[in-house]
Amino acid sequence: MPSLAAAILDLREMDRLARLDTPVHRLDPRAKVLATAAFLATLASFGPREVSALLPLALYPVVLAAFGEVPFGLLLRKALLGLPFILVLGAFLPWVDRIPVLQLGSFAVSGGWLAFASLLVRGLLAVTTATALVAVTGFGDLCAALDRLGAPRAFSQQLLFLHRYLFLAGEETGRALQARDLRACGRPLAMREYGAFAGHLLTRSWERAERVHAALRARGFDGVLPARAQSAFGTAAWGFLLGWSAFFLLCRWLALPALLGGLLAGGGL
Amino acid sequence: MHMADALVSAAVGGSLWALSGGALAGCSRRLRREGDEGRVPLMGVLGAFVFAVQMVNFAIPGTGSSGHLVGTLLLAALLGPPAAVLVMGSVLLVQALFFADGGLLAFGCNLFNMGILPAFVAYPLVYRPLARRGHPAAAALLGAVVALQLGALAVALETVLSGLTGLPFRAFLLAMLPIHLPIGLAEGLATALLLRFVRRARPELAAARPEPAGRPFLALVLGAAVLTAGMLSWAASSRPDGLEWSVARVAPAGADAPDGAVHRFAARLQRRTSVLPEYALPGTEPVGTAAKRRGTSLSGLLGGAATLGLVAGAGWLITRRRRTLRARPEA
Repeated sequence: MPSLAAAILDLREMDRLARLDTPVHRLDPRAKVLATAAFLATLASFGPREVSALLPLALYPVVLAAFGEVPFGLLLRKALLGLPFILVLGAFLPWVDRIPVLQLGSFAVSGGWLAFASLLVRGLLAVTTATALVAVTGFGDLCAALDRLGAPRAFSQQLLFLHRYLFLAGEETGRALQARDLRACGRPLAMREYGAFAGHLLTRSWERAERVHAALRARGFDGVLPARAQSAFGTAAWGFLLGWSAFFLLCRWLALPALLGGLLAGGGL
Repeated sequence: MHMADALVSAAVGGSLWALSGGALAGCSRRLRREGDEGRVPLMGVLGAFVFAVQMVNFAIPGTGSSGHLVGTLLLAALLGPPAAVLVMGSVLLVQALFFADGGLLAFGCNLFNMGILPAFVAYPLVYRPLARRGHPAAAALLGAVVALQLGALAVALETVLSGLTGLPFRAFLLAMLPIHLPIGLAEGLATALLLRFVRRARPELAAARPEPAGRPFLALVLGAAVLTAGMLSWAASSRPDGLEWSVARVAPAGADAPDGAVHRFAARLQRRTSVLPEYALPGTEPVGTAAKRRGTSLSGLLGGAATLGLVAGAGWLITRRRRTLRARPEA
């Protein structure tokens, strides 16, 4: 996880991107959620040593980001954030599986290295796609889509409330941390101070929640936030969902890069 | 403890999604039945608090390292297990979507490891009995240690069953459990300190703890967990190769040997365009398997590079076109 200030900046940047107006932003959020689910299912269904067969799937996040005007640098930055954990767990692979399965010139590539490369590609694809999805949909619309797709009402409401208060809680905690840091001269937060430090934040949050709740009740709140204008699942949404699903199936059943390579190697030489 | 999408296979990810999704629906229904939906703003604000306080590091005495709170046990003690699971689920989803911490496919695994296990196993079986007997600090410490050990065990099981890392189960477990022992102690200490502060500063909050979850629901969750584990181990033993059974069910012929009109057409097209079939290099005798393999890897590399080139080209073209469109809105 990044530092608190960086996290808040990231959240703001994603919210800004989500307010853009592009063809993919205008699509019904449900179509994007379902297509992303299909993408993830396809990605996870590949065997542990697949590398080149995964590559055509990159078209999905790239097209989402390109049409949605999401900076590719942002996608890459997020993807790098998720990598260390994968690197640590995957680093054993080349030692576990040493049987050569592929010959590159005079190098024999073992199954372990292939599986390691496969993990990296999976990680990159999954993170860039999740980031692109939020950036072209927006968190509020995403929650509304989950709600209309049948997610438990209390959970979608919880997500909406959480998103509203992330900035407040983040900034309040950031201020408290800064105030402490300025007085502590670089001394780390000791365990015995933690209870009072975090406890004050907790009781303050709780009191705010009670005020918010009273204010909401005074305005007729009955447990459900009013939904914004709901879009219809139109032709564009169906086209998006079915088109991408067909593409994912094609990727799953035909090893497109191998076919392409065969064509190139055969036709070019 | 966040699992990443890359480490989860379709079978493991899907099963735990089903399990965690069911638990979310159950918790949601429970809150509604208890007329507790008015607590939604409180849960939202506390979720934001947990999200922020997870980034506050404290020094772990005597080690020189630092730790932070995860917070499920704290939430369970303040709000009750169903609300705690809903709040943790929302925090985990935000972390997966915005911070590449965890993942969408691994969301089910993460909610199970960090939400359901602490709230529905460690809280009722360890924390509550001890806290009722008047040992709140020991309850928090032991509860957190048990929760983190169970979570680490679940991470190891899920990773090994997914079969994508090739890690041997015993070795992975022997690494995971000791690492999570001090993490659990730190979590327990932080939880105990926070709860003590709340009891002193706002006694009515600590006293207003809602009724604990009923036994039927706990039994349901545990039963579902055991069932899922059984299903998964069966799947893993019958298909040791990458747990592709969910796909194999759809395509009985096996995805490695696709058959169908499209594939036959593509194969014919490829035979006609390539100088030598079977992906072999022209000019070499495709008799030995080594030569054949070399041909395959060359075409595989070429194909991979060409695919990446095409994807990058598509991205570049779309970006450029959108830029010109934005520059000339009337176009």
